[in-house]
Amino acid sequence: MLLIPCPYCGPRNELEFKHGGEAHIARNPGQADDQAWAEFLYVRSNPKGVVAERWRHTAGCGRFFNCLRHTVSDQILATYKVGEARPDVEPVPVPSAEPPRSSQQ
Amino acid sequence: MRFSLLNLIRQSFSHNQGWPEQWRSPEPKPRYDAIIVGGGGHGLATAYYMAAEHGMRNIAVVEKGWIGGGNTGRNTTIIRSNYLWEESEGLYNHALTLWQDLSHTLNYNVMYSPRGCMMLAHNIHDVQVFKRHVHANRLAGIDNEWLTPQQAQDVCPILNISKDIRYPIVGAALQRRGGTARHDAVAWGYARAASALGVDILQNCEVTAIRRDQAGAVSGIETTRGAIATERLGVVAAGNTSHVMSMADVRLPLESYPLQALVSEPVKPVMPCVVMSNTIHAYMSQSDKGELVIGAGTDAYTSYSQTGGLHIATHTLDAICELFPNVRRLRMLRNWGGIVDVTPDRSPIIGLTPVPGLFVNCGWGTGGFKATPGSGNVFAHTVARGVPHAINAPFTLDRFRTGRLIDEAAAAAVAH
Repeated sequence: MLLIPCPYCGPRNELEFKHGGEAHIARNPGQADDQAWAEFLYVRSNPKGVVAERWRHTAGCGRFFNCLRHTVSDQILATYKVGEARPDVEPVPVPSAEPPRSSQQ
Repeated sequence: MRFSLLNLIRQSFSHNQGWPEQWRSPEPKPRYDAIIVGGGGHGLATAYYMAAEHGMRNIAVVEKGWIGGGNTGRNTTIIRSNYLWEESEGLYNHALTLWQDLSHTLNYNVMYSPRGCMMLAHNIHDVQVFKRHVHANRLAGIDNEWLTPQQAQDVCPILNISKDIRYPIVGAALQRRGGTARHDAVAWGYARAASALGVDILQNCEVTAIRRDQAGAVSGIETTRGAIATERLGVVAAGNTSHVMSMADVRLPLESYPLQALVSEPVKPVMPCVVMSNTIHAYMSQSDKGELVIGAGTDAYTSYSQTGGLHIATHTLDAICELFPNVRRLRMLRNWGGIVDVTPDRSPIIGLTPVPGLFVNCGWGTGGFKATPGSGNVFAHTVARGVPHAINAPFTLDRFRTGRLIDEAAAAAVAH
């Protein structure tokens, strides 16, 4: 279970949050042909590495925020408010063997 | 050497020391006619059918770890074909038909056991959905029948059908041809049969890059065991598909999630069939060793960690304890996670990609094991001939652009 630092409320248990999918996917009405629409709706980067994702603190402040997490170690690298630029964080080297279970910062 | 009664007797005279290795472990050749990325059940089955049915002998399977060590060795081995849409019925029933004769085909006991797969209904919505499935399956010639709670308990005596539990059982759908198989044996059986036909199985061989020529077509791969040339590349990498395909700059409608399973300590036979409850998210069957094999859900977030949150498994055990009260005091021996690649419509993608020479078989999500023979069979056709088999023709990558989805997610309203 993740310990997620909400930028408004501080570190809280994962059960208080809803995952909101990949972050920074902007709808572009000017390019709404079928291919662009399919990519907006369905195609995801699904990286094996650092992902930018949205969470919503449903059982707390109720607000959406963004989070950088490493998808192999599940380590949370940063959280930041909607509208703020993605922070520049160093990816943490991950051992190639089975990763540690801990997901705390 | 074939497995037969005669050979069993012969080998017993030499204390069973004379059995040869079951598949070769060759060094990579500089070039293959086709390479399959991913040595799980689906990848090995693909290679086997390419050799057996399409005459391709100069092919290889590359696997970053050991064969069958990913989701093939981590799933709950449930086999069924009671899907809603015609496209899915065709695909999964093709697999079920192949399962029935697979041990003979491969000369390897995959322990396919059609012990029945029961899906529990707990509310009106479940009843309507499952009855719709039963009727749709019946029209397609696929066995699936509706049971009352008492009939369900007659099939599975340890089921708790009392009305005072939190989610009482109000009925069940039973597919009698459904059941289980031995997951490792499926990988080993396909590997052995493929190797005997000349397929090179290259373990500890991780793909690090996909090479393309000036026209953009696949020209080879780079691996941890050196570069290998090929013009046909089939990617069957389950949860790692997005990662492998990104090496060819192909983006897919996939997200990878950890899915968990766990087994109890072994006990005497108590469970005659597979029982699944999508609504309260628990499935259970009993292995031939006696362990109760329990499947849990996916985590909420994408991850490649091959572990999952303990609260996910706990949630499933809550449901198991209520459905099967007499297993409450069993201890759990092991739990683990596998990484499943989930598509938006919960149906797989099997076919061509925008890159010439690059084929993909992915998106099996939380339920790929049951399809192993059928998936390999139609994907072998796709890679060998360059065009999809009629059965996997609807499962294109392009369906997400055209909107012609095969929406088993909406059909079941849960992950499955």
